[in-house]
Amino acid sequence: MNEVEELRPVGQTTQFIVIKLGDEQYGIDIKYIDNIVRMPHITRVPKVDDYLKGVINLRGEVIPVMSIRIKMGLEEDVETKSSRIIILKLEQQGTIGVIVDEVKEVVTLENDRIEKVAYDSKDEKSNFLCGVGKSDGGLISLLDLNAVVLESV
Amino acid sequence: MDVSQYLEIFLDETNEHLQNLNTQILSLEQDPENMDTINEIFRAAHSLKGMAGTMGYKRMQTLTHDMENVFSEVRNGNIKVKADMIDVLFQCLDALEEYNTNIRESSDEGTNDNGALIKRLNDIMGGGSDDSAAPAEQEQAPQAQAVDAAAAGGFVGIKLNENQQSVLGEALKQGKRVYGLTVKVQESCILKAARAFLVFKAIEETSEIIVSDPSSQDIEDEKFDLHFSLIIVSEAELNEVVTAAKSVSEIEDVSGSVLNIDDVGAAETEESHAAETGAEAEAAAPAAPAQEAQAAQTPVAAQAPAPAEAAAQTPAPAAKKAPANKPVVNRTVRVDIEKLDTLMNLVSELIIAKNSLVSASAMSGNSSQAVNEQIEYLESVTTSLHESVMKVRMVPIESTVNKFPRMVRDLQKKLGKKMELYMSGEETELDRTVVDQIGDPLMHLLRNSADHGLESAAVRKERGKPEVGSIFLDAYQDGNNVVIEVRDDGNGIDTKAVKNKAIERGVITPEQGEAMSEKEIIDLLFNAGFSTAKVVSDVSGRGVGLDVVKSMIESLSGEVEVKSRLGEGSTWTIRLPLTLAIIQALMVEIGDEKYAIALGSIQTIEDILPSDVNLVQAKEVIQLRDLVIPLIRLNEILDIPSKKDPEENLVVVVVKKGDKLAGLVVDELIGQQEIVIKSLGKYISKCKIISGATVLGDGEVALILDANSLI
Repeated sequence: MNEVEELRPVGQTTQFIVIKLGDEQYGIDIKYIDNIVRMPHITRVPKVDDYLKGVINLRGEVIPVMSIRIKMGLEEDVETKSSRIIILKLEQQGTIGVIVDEVKEVVTLENDRIEKVAYDSKDEKSNFLCGVGKSDGGLISLLDLNAVVLESV
Repeated sequence: MDVSQYLEIFLDETNEHLQNLNTQILSLEQDPENMDTINEIFRAAHSLKGMAGTMGYKRMQTLTHDMENVFSEVRNGNIKVKADMIDVLFQCLDALEEYNTNIRESSDEGTNDNGALIKRLNDIMGGGSDDSAAPAEQEQAPQAQAVDAAAAGGFVGIKLNENQQSVLGEALKQGKRVYGLTVKVQESCILKAARAFLVFKAIEETSEIIVSDPSSQDIEDEKFDLHFSLIIVSEAELNEVVTAAKSVSEIEDVSGSVLNIDDVGAAETEESHAAETGAEAEAAAPAAPAQEAQAAQTPVAAQAPAPAEAAAQTPAPAAKKAPANKPVVNRTVRVDIEKLDTLMNLVSELIIAKNSLVSASAMSGNSSQAVNEQIEYLESVTTSLHESVMKVRMVPIESTVNKFPRMVRDLQKKLGKKMELYMSGEETELDRTVVDQIGDPLMHLLRNSADHGLESAAVRKERGKPEVGSIFLDAYQDGNNVVIEVRDDGNGIDTKAVKNKAIERGVITPEQGEAMSEKEIIDLLFNAGFSTAKVVSDVSGRGVGLDVVKSMIESLSGEVEVKSRLGEGSTWTIRLPLTLAIIQALMVEIGDEKYAIALGSIQTIEDILPSDVNLVQAKEVIQLRDLVIPLIRLNEILDIPSKKDPEENLVVVVVKKGDKLAGLVVDELIGQQEIVIKSLGKYISKCKIISGATVLGDGEVALILDANSLI
């Protein structure tokens, strides 16, 4: 994670970790990220929503893991060599792991390069976004983690 | 002084003192003449006052001060303990508790002066000395006189040398005035010398101090009792000087009078002066020695609490605090519960690491004898380490149940029923977190017994029971569990009334009601919003009681049961695990997954032929030693395809919840293991049949099945 160390924000910028889900790039605000781990064995928990994949052991702590793909209505995750679990630390829900297809890089976006997205009830995916960032590598959809992690009722 | 760092200690100790006071006043009510109890009460009140004073909680201090005065009168035999006095004292304790709560929440004592209470306390004092017996008054008299004399004329006894006389004479000639002052420091004052110094400073702003008794050096060294006297020369008015001196905190009283030239002159010939002024001076002269003598005679009374209290206020070693005439207290260390939690977590980690080592050694296959021996040794060390840490976290339930006698006493007055609480097993120990949380459910049950259970005295008489109802609170350890029973000899549960109520509320249909057993009906009581009390009182009957009790106890991994006989009483049994963090569990395999079942809930393990499984009401059951036990196929409940051939024998783990049994069908047994319980977190809370997770030796996570919710 040396990369991260070098890219501390200066002025009005925010850092995001760019991940891939399918063909699309998503950004997760770095301040919520505790850790990124390789796919460990996930213990299934019965009788819970299907986006909750189970629990893992992270250095002795038991941490729930969820699938962003299923939550966003995409097809089931396929575990590959580049699959990772990003451990998020959220104020309300505590520590949660989310499965992503690939972790690409860390980008620093100036805040004026982030555009808000309009809420569109027809497009389910947009409910989980809090903006779109324009970086050199193309457009990055920025995930609204609270919406992603929020328990569906 | 920055006292905020002592706030925690202050709150803790205040709680202890309040609890102590509650208990002692209760026993005083039973035995109003017991001197030990009275002394103990006095000491506790005194320490409270001192602590409140140091922390700057003036209102609390005032109230405790007046309470202490009452106790002091009681101790001197001037007031007899009466029922209404006990009531007032209990109200005072409630008020103090309120202050304490306020302080805990906002570190401010609040603005309630409790003037009414203080007035009643003073009334008790006033009334007490009026109708107290003659000898008591006589006893009081010399003391009062001595104090008065000391207050009024302590300075009269000061001897002046020539030099000082001439200074005084000179001053008088210049039109300045000479005053004699006697300053009384509060008993609770710790730094008397510092206070005296402040008084000196305050007086020196307007006046000149000619002489002091004891000498200023002695005062500086704190070689004085509560009083010291001064002769000063001043241009200011007497009351200005007195006010200035009084403005110093922890100064109880300052009295002064104008000395005229005759007095000053007369002081020259001290002895003749004493003779001349007769009775007044006679009282004055022995004043100072008398005071000291008095203090010496009753060392426990006023003086002894002072050092004890000083220790209480500073975070000094607790051992110092123990007063000499108390039973020897074990040497203890106060430890933050968080530190213990950390320790417990580390032990958990160690056990996990030990488990990994065991499984790694088993995997490698070629482990030598020596390795195995060392692993076994490590195993026994970690197990005893875990036990010791667990013991450290254990506290007697005493701290929680001690408040109940008081509560029952209050209930008795409020409900107008006669009742008595009998407690046993207060020394039973439980994990600290459990003890902290068990108070509310127990309180609910006791209130329930008092309000719904016990009949009124008249009804009891009619039924041939003793007029005074009994409530029992028994705690004892039973294997890996602690059992707390709340029992009463009241009416018991009227199952018919419960059934009718349930039907009326639409909880069950009349047909369902017909088919229900007594036990099932009693279990309805634990439904939310269910109360059979015909009249809602502020004691119970709002229907928030029993379901809360049940859910609170279940959140502690415990269970609650009721047994009741109409007309004879009911027994509520709470069963709690000794510890929440580490348990012995049976590991089982279902499909490809591993699950843990707490050993505490397992009754037996059976090997059952598929042909022995019968169907009752379309549900699978087995017969075991004349018991019909329902089967629960875990693979179906957990949605896992079973690996086993349906023709093979079934492995059935028979688990018990209260007096209900159920057979859990698993694929394989793995074995017994010590497991560390980890929470699944708030995020996965929907799954009721899983009570937690644990990390296995190979680093995998296994889920812990909650047998209670399966049944």
